Amino acid sequence: MIPFTTLTAAAVPMDLPNIDTDRVIPARFLRKPREAGYQRFFFHDVRFNADGSENGDFILNQAPYREAKILVTAENFGCGSSREGAVWALMDHGIRCVVGPSFGDIFFENCFKNGVLALVLPGASAAAIRRQLQERPGATISVDLERQTLTAPDGALHRFEVDPFRKQALLRGQDEIALTMEYEQAILAHESRRAAEMPWLT
Amino acid sequence: MPTMFEKIWDRHVVAEGPGGQSLLYIDRHLLHEGATHAFARLGKAGRSVRRPAGLVATADHYVPTGPGSEARANDEIRGMVEGLQRSTREQGVTLFGPGDPRQGIVHIIGPEQGLTQPGIALVCGDSHTATHGAFGALAFGIGSTEVEHVLATQCLWQKKPKVMRIRVTGARPAGVTAKDVILAIIARIGAAGGVGHVIEYAGPAIAAMSMEERMTVCNMSIEAGARAGMIAPDATTFAYVEGRPYAPKGAQWDTALEYWKTLPSDPDAAFDREVELDAAGITPTVTWGTSPQDALPITGNVPDPARESDPARRRAVGRALDYMGLRPGMALTDIVVDRVFIGSCTNSRIEDLRAAAAVAKGRRAVVRAWVVPGSGLIKRAAEAEGLHEIFTAAGFEWREPGCSMCIGMNGDTAREHERVASTSNRNFEGRQGKGARTHLMSPAMAAAAAVTGRLTDVRTLSPSPP
Repeated sequence: MIPFTTLTAAAVPMDLPNIDTDRVIPARFLRKPREAGYQRFFFHDVRFNADGSENGDFILNQAPYREAKILVTAENFGCGSSREGAVWALMDHGIRCVVGPSFGDIFFENCFKNGVLALVLPGASAAAIRRQLQERPGATISVDLERQTLTAPDGALHRFEVDPFRKQALLRGQDEIALTMEYEQAILAHESRRAAEMPWLT
Repeated sequence: MPTMFEKIWDRHVVAEGPGGQSLLYIDRHLLHEGATHAFARLGKAGRSVRRPAGLVATADHYVPTGPGSEARANDEIRGMVEGLQRSTREQGVTLFGPGDPRQGIVHIIGPEQGLTQPGIALVCGDSHTATHGAFGALAFGIGSTEVEHVLATQCLWQKKPKVMRIRVTGARPAGVTAKDVILAIIARIGAAGGVGHVIEYAGPAIAAMSMEERMTVCNMSIEAGARAGMIAPDATTFAYVEGRPYAPKGAQWDTALEYWKTLPSDPDAAFDREVELDAAGITPTVTWGTSPQDALPITGNVPDPARESDPARRRAVGRALDYMGLRPGMALTDIVVDRVFIGSCTNSRIEDLRAAAAVAKGRRAVVRAWVVPGSGLIKRAAEAEGLHEIFTAAGFEWREPGCSMCIGMNGDTAREHERVASTSNRNFEGRQGKGARTHLMSPAMAAAAAVTGRLTDVRTLSPSPP
């Protein structure tokens, strides 16, 4: 996993609440090999017209937002399906940080497993930042994970909370399986206790 | 005074990790074709499956459900099923593959085989894993990296969620199903209402439900934002589990039963949030928009964005109506449908098929209507009861088990602007095919839409002809 420490980049606002992972990546792309890259699938059906040309009305296709590495969303972004392809499409497109008041629980987890920071701010703060990004397209945001701060386009400093486990994993770009394997003795002990207490479970 | 969730959680903690996360032991890991990505990364890292006995796989998302299916012709789709067959063979994992009568939708076959039991921790790389919580299990959907993690370690790092109790009091009126109950709950708390929570459904209306109805309720917890939903195990649960292939037998059954009876939340258990709903106030419900929270009684009207005071809400409603091709204020019963889909992990069990058949019997579908049973065994059971004959006589198509049109990964999709009355769980934009329009409802309501060609209050249909 690629570590995440600090990021200063252009940000793109998305105002609609409840943007689901089916919209982020339609299901028919989930059978594509991961190695080939998922960038084209990101918001595919709203980003491209039927003939494959870009839909100029869609915000990701507008010049100041094309290079955005930060996405600022409304409530419940990434709700719905557990498809990790949603995060793969997002990161292959270049997004490394998603800001919003709340996220779909599984999407939230999937972000951290891939080195993407899902950053929770109060609804009013997220809305204010989206407004600034609409008023000044191409404006940048700075995120410092170690200090847990986000600097909005208007210069305001927002402190955010992040679970210490997820923070450390992101800062280090940790291989979680390797970490868990350090707990092998505890897992074995649990398994023998389980076999004694719940022998009916194979 | 712990809740049921806390009792099960505590029993599965292997270790407390750094930074407030717990390492949880996973009893059962169910797999489908989507696991192909995780198996590939596992192999690449030179790791193997830690406990193959804890896994059971089935092919559901990509299998064909009828003749001429794209799933047979498309190499990529076939490759997903073949990939699962290869990985499970190499790693020694049980697979209910194509041709096996036990094959079916992963959330149908777990309970059907007795793999789903009270008190266990169960995961699957699918957000509708909450279904299994109907047995008093802790069951939740995980992403692909987490699937790989469980394959390699049989464990998962988790932050302890909060617990919300939703009590459904009173009794359901005639014609109101479990699907209507869960749609009413989602409309009430919202699609983000359960974020960060596990939901425990309780109260007399839940206790009165069959296991199949409880599964329908828990299934859609994720549509309310909750990763897991659960219902206390009781005599209904135990009777359902007993005698199934993977259920405990003999003396072990007695030991298990004794343990399972200790699982319900203590009477004085404290919940982080409580919601109460009166079942008597619920009517047959349909969705009109592109979020499951956009649910209304069938007797109602499509909302008018102009009457929404919040500007963000006004935009969201306007966009949903635009996508759905609906006029503000029109009666829901004036919405004309093009297709009907009866199936999915929400509503493809035998009771669902019986309810749909009761409406279809002696009538005639006026639009294309599919019935996709949840598993090979359900298909057999339905055929033994003659349900397939009722459906085919009424002009419905009787198909092979799989996820089919709920998600369309196997090519079973609706065309752009086609309107589908569907018993599935998601009415998202593009869910049933690019530009397809989905209205969620119960199996009886979907069958009613099939025979009238429009959204219909099933209670207004005259009694079925003999």
